[in-house]
Amino acid sequence: MGGVRVSVGTRKGAFILTSDGKRQKWEINGPLFAGWEMYHLKGSPADPNRMYASQSSGWFGQMMQRSDDGGKTWTTVGNEFAYDGIPGTHMWYDGTQHPWEFKRVWHLEPSLTDPDTVYAGVEDAALFRSTDAGQTWHELSALRHTKGNLWQPGAGGMCLHTIIQDPKTPGRIYFAISAAGAFRTDDGGETFIPINKGLRSDYELPDPDAEVGHCVHCLALHPSRPDTVFMQKHWDVMRTDDAGANWYEVSGNLPSDFGFPIGVHAHEPETVYVVPITSDQFHYPPDGKLRVYRTRSGGNDWEPLTKGLPQQDCYVNVLRDAMAIDKLDSCGVYFGTTGGQVYASADSGDTWDAIVRDLPAVVSVEVQTLA
Amino acid sequence: MIRVVLPPHLRTIAKTGREVEIEVEGPVTQRTLIDALESAYPALRGTIRDHATKQRRPLVRFFACEQDLSNESMDAPLPEEVVSGKEPYVVVGAMAGG
Repeated sequence: MGGVRVSVGTRKGAFILTSDGKRQKWEINGPLFAGWEMYHLKGSPADPNRMYASQSSGWFGQMMQRSDDGGKTWTTVGNEFAYDGIPGTHMWYDGTQHPWEFKRVWHLEPSLTDPDTVYAGVEDAALFRSTDAGQTWHELSALRHTKGNLWQPGAGGMCLHTIIQDPKTPGRIYFAISAAGAFRTDDGGETFIPINKGLRSDYELPDPDAEVGHCVHCLALHPSRPDTVFMQKHWDVMRTDDAGANWYEVSGNLPSDFGFPIGVHAHEPETVYVVPITSDQFHYPPDGKLRVYRTRSGGNDWEPLTKGLPQQDCYVNVLRDAMAIDKLDSCGVYFGTTGGQVYASADSGDTWDAIVRDLPAVVSVEVQTLA
Repeated sequence: MIRVVLPPHLRTIAKTGREVEIEVEGPVTQRTLIDALESAYPALRGTIRDHATKQRRPLVRFFACEQDLSNESMDAPLPEEVVSGKEPYVVVGAMAGG
């Protein structure tokens, strides 16, 4: 029986939670990088001991960390994220143009095959890649040339927050940016296309056929069917079956189709998880009940998962990178809240328990399934 | 040797204590001192000044000899008390928040 390592990024440090395959007893290590905002930590699929972490501070800027021993010790690596060429401008909240300015790294995505290669999604939205284990970073700037002047920040800033590598088609990677939309490269980052046909953003975009500018919150796919991608948009849960050429809505009977994270079951490609949030005005669960919703049919028919989750007076949020799914036979699902709880289910979401309850606000949750 | 006091978070990054000693060749200015500090502790690059522009980060300030030097010329000579090591040059995370 294997085990799991759950990496939790919070507003005031990082925590690493480990357990055996039963996922009942947990060892909690942290805070690492105490006092710093830890937007994301993620382990390499090619070498589980290789981990990368984004560490930032309003005072001292962006730091990057790398571990080669599964998070026990960390080394400071390169933190220079220089936009390629003249950065140019993007749309600001008021519709005027605003210069591109680096703020922080939101998301790290290690290569599926090379532990020394890692992608970084940053704010203001851009894609960087390191091929020397994080020592140096280079922008894949063709992405920003995909109508970047029409991208605009969401409430959390203009961030590239989702990077998903297609395991079946080398060079194909999906990206999502708030508020620009979803994008895809088929050549490892030389060229990009927006993939937003079928999205409707009536409250944010006057043009119903806008090619970019959509506030996509998160994407997820199952490795066995990488052409099928699920999306939690600002409003609407969406699905594509043709690698983003066309999207259609699968919100169905959700109590709210606003939310942030979305995840796919490790062994059931049509089983998907979301956490409905009341609205963009009210960033907490409907009716004060924290419910994960699961569909087993690829969308539309959703069931609430409530056992072990607070069902009254709960007003936390679950941010876009704060859900993860392990690969053990009995699939585990994890999510963290802005109230500092990290919940885990070892039975595909049927029942839940809190691993920890009183961390700083959780920004990200990732899980590694260990042999 | 010039004494430089670091704020707590940067001590962690630099893996050092509250105060470090820095040697500067040639004229001692804020610019040459921070250049030498970053050379001695490369992990601090980008945390005090912007990588590209070398501008002080907005929420970082520089104090010495009971004066705020944050907005003084980076190329002006530092006080003799700092150059001699009698007084430290203090890097401060500016007060912000409650």
